[in-house]
Amino acid sequence: MIRLEDTSGGEIARAIAEERHRMGSPATGMVLTMLILSDEEYASDATEAAVLSARQHPMRILTLIPRPGRGPDQIDAQVMVGGDDGPGEVAIVRLRGDRSGHANSVVIPLLLPDTPVVSWWPTDPPPVPADDPIGSHCQRRITDLATSPDPLAALRVRQAGYVPGDSDLAWTRLTSWRSALASLLDNGMTRVTSASVEAEADNPSAILLAGWLRWALEVEVDLTPVAGQGITQVQLDTPQGLITLARPDGAVATLSRPGVPDSTIALPRRGLPDLLSEELRRLDPDEVYGDVLRSLGNPSSGDASGGDA
Amino acid sequence: MSNPLRDHRDRRLPKVAGPCGLILFGVTGDLARKKIMPAIYDLANRGLLPPGFGLVGFARRQWDDEDFAQEVHDAVREYARTPFREEVWAQLSEGIRFVEGDISDPASYRDLRRVVDEVDQRRGTMGNHAFYLSIPPGLFPVVVEHLKDSGLTERHGNEWRRVVVEKPFGHDLASAKELDRVLSTAFTPDEIFRIDHYLGKETVQNILAVRFANTMFEPIWNANYVDNVQITQAEDIGIGGRAGYYDGIGAARDVIQNHLLQLLALTAMEEPLSFRPHEVRQEKEKVLSAVTLPADIEAHTARGQYAAGWQGGVPVVGFLEEAGIPPDSTTETFAAIRVTVDNRRWAGVPFYLRTGKRLGRRVTEVAVIFKRAPHLPFDSASVGELSDNALVFRIQPDEGVTVRFGSKVPGTAGMEVRDVTMDFQYGDSFVDTSPEAYERLILDVLLGEPPLFPNSTEVDLSWSILDPVLDQWASQGQPQQYASGGWGPPCAYDMIARDGRQWRRP
Repeated sequence: MIRLEDTSGGEIARAIAEERHRMGSPATGMVLTMLILSDEEYASDATEAAVLSARQHPMRILTLIPRPGRGPDQIDAQVMVGGDDGPGEVAIVRLRGDRSGHANSVVIPLLLPDTPVVSWWPTDPPPVPADDPIGSHCQRRITDLATSPDPLAALRVRQAGYVPGDSDLAWTRLTSWRSALASLLDNGMTRVTSASVEAEADNPSAILLAGWLRWALEVEVDLTPVAGQGITQVQLDTPQGLITLARPDGAVATLSRPGVPDSTIALPRRGLPDLLSEELRRLDPDEVYGDVLRSLGNPSSGDASGGDA
Repeated sequence: MSNPLRDHRDRRLPKVAGPCGLILFGVTGDLARKKIMPAIYDLANRGLLPPGFGLVGFARRQWDDEDFAQEVHDAVREYARTPFREEVWAQLSEGIRFVEGDISDPASYRDLRRVVDEVDQRRGTMGNHAFYLSIPPGLFPVVVEHLKDSGLTERHGNEWRRVVVEKPFGHDLASAKELDRVLSTAFTPDEIFRIDHYLGKETVQNILAVRFANTMFEPIWNANYVDNVQITQAEDIGIGGRAGYYDGIGAARDVIQNHLLQLLALTAMEEPLSFRPHEVRQEKEKVLSAVTLPADIEAHTARGQYAAGWQGGVPVVGFLEEAGIPPDSTTETFAAIRVTVDNRRWAGVPFYLRTGKRLGRRVTEVAVIFKRAPHLPFDSASVGELSDNALVFRIQPDEGVTVRFGSKVPGTAGMEVRDVTMDFQYGDSFVDTSPEAYERLILDVLLGEPPLFPNSTEVDLSWSILDPVLDQWASQGQPQQYASGGWGPPCAYDMIARDGRQWRRP
């Protein structure tokens, strides 16, 4: 690891290149640049998740931590290249004092040429990520509703500020649920007449799941707050009877269908590295997320009946 | 009615197999333990198997369901690529059944049928079953006949039955056709899945992506620019415990007939109209039909047997001293052939295919070697170190793509030029997290998606290419011995030297 004090974007770029040469492998093969904008609290978990994800998606990771307030007006950085954790390049950059508002000028010399750029706000994203100086470089802008102290208010902000290319980890967390539910209708015979979702109160993923079901199935979907971890149950009402997918403990779900013995499905809650790896598999806009987000209307916790605002 | 929860723009949702079960013959074999069972667990772990998936094992062992589940558990613990999770295992193990039976006893198939019916009832597999025949092909006729007689292959309504077989798909054209005839008595062509695990590898699929997704390669992908193509599959190990399988089969039948000719087809085929299975197969069939052997087979092929020696500093025995191999065996452990593809694109370009055991290192690659520049405006001493441009697909290990070209030697006074390589490499760990070939292939069987499986026409065409070589070799007695740990017998070097070329060291 190299420590740079009172440095600049250009010096950080040189340090990365020198470190590459020193390791004898100037060729990189990076597929994207990841910009993490975070406070100190979330920075190390987010960076670690990105480093693990770099095994699937070799990338240059720039973690930018604004430290406004008193102290010297300077930029400090730690640079790590390759190593045991994975093939990526990591620079953790602290922007102190008056430099805290100028992350963008640090980033520009550090973007890998002609490859996609992704930004990720583990917490506290700007209202319109696409208009942010950093977000404006990016094909994909990742936010996370789950870290917001008021997820409902945050969801309304995401809705209002949505631009294609935005995505949210609260949506990514749903993929295993959505996949399990979609596969139940693959036979093409099951018609859903209504549906319900049970989840802990104010769970943004649950609101998005109910919204997705309502948007895709065009039926009433109830969202009921219950005690438990995350989403605990989804029911689909069909002319043949109720299909229930219940996950009371956050790991194993039980599937009950009319006329078929109950079976279990593993639906574990996934960690940040897994979520991020899924997120980076495709970098074009997630149009379905956009459609679902916009269809939500004015979401509230108990009943997110969208479209009727 | 289409599924309203699937939107073609929603690329996050994977395809999940519908309700179904797998009936596995040959559960005690290496392949079942090291590949098939772990792949099934990995698929479950990735959420790609249906709830209520059933796995029925069939073998002559005094096991009950729990014993078999324990076998699967041990195999999964040892060989699965994804982390072991109790909840996934619990889900999978509920659907595991075992039938103790004899492969030639009709009563055993009645037992099997009873268990399969029970799985349909209790697990909701809805009568959809794949029979995975991980057994020697000699047993296929009796198994298929009993499956049919016991009613296990009968389907009602929307139910499906599929059968999965592994190489070797016969040992020559006649036996391949016979094998196909046997399978066809109970299954239609689109229900027969022949596993060539190479085709499930990401790097093999990448050949088509690199060729047809880019503009910079296709214009030079022809006889105007390509001098020759070398396709190599080398193993550093011997035959291990597979003497019974390997003796009489040999390297050409084991590897060239399937893997290498499939790699040739993907490298040389024309662009398909689309990536729909039918259209990809059409192009592969066309290019395989155009493959031609040299008139003088003896001069342009080579075969060998590994001799005792040292490999990477370790003493190893020769093929003829391996347990279970007769001392006068004429089975080859190294095979190389030259073919041409007689069409406008490839006229005159030799394709060299070679495979062997106990070679220098474990590697599979496709090297496209380009012609020298027609004129070099440098003095001849300056380009003495420059060799031919090459583009190499590394199938395994170090999966990736390498391009070799000439570049200036820095610091020298004149214009010295030497070879440099430009390399794209999937990270090593990328390969850990990407699905294993068997995962992909088993999922495709359960989904009923055939593009990655060779059909009977491709198999027949491959045998028609190889049969004359095998006939010629059969009359030649003992193959040449070669030192373990090298790159094959002297006759392999001679064969390519006759064309004024040399093998690339992979």
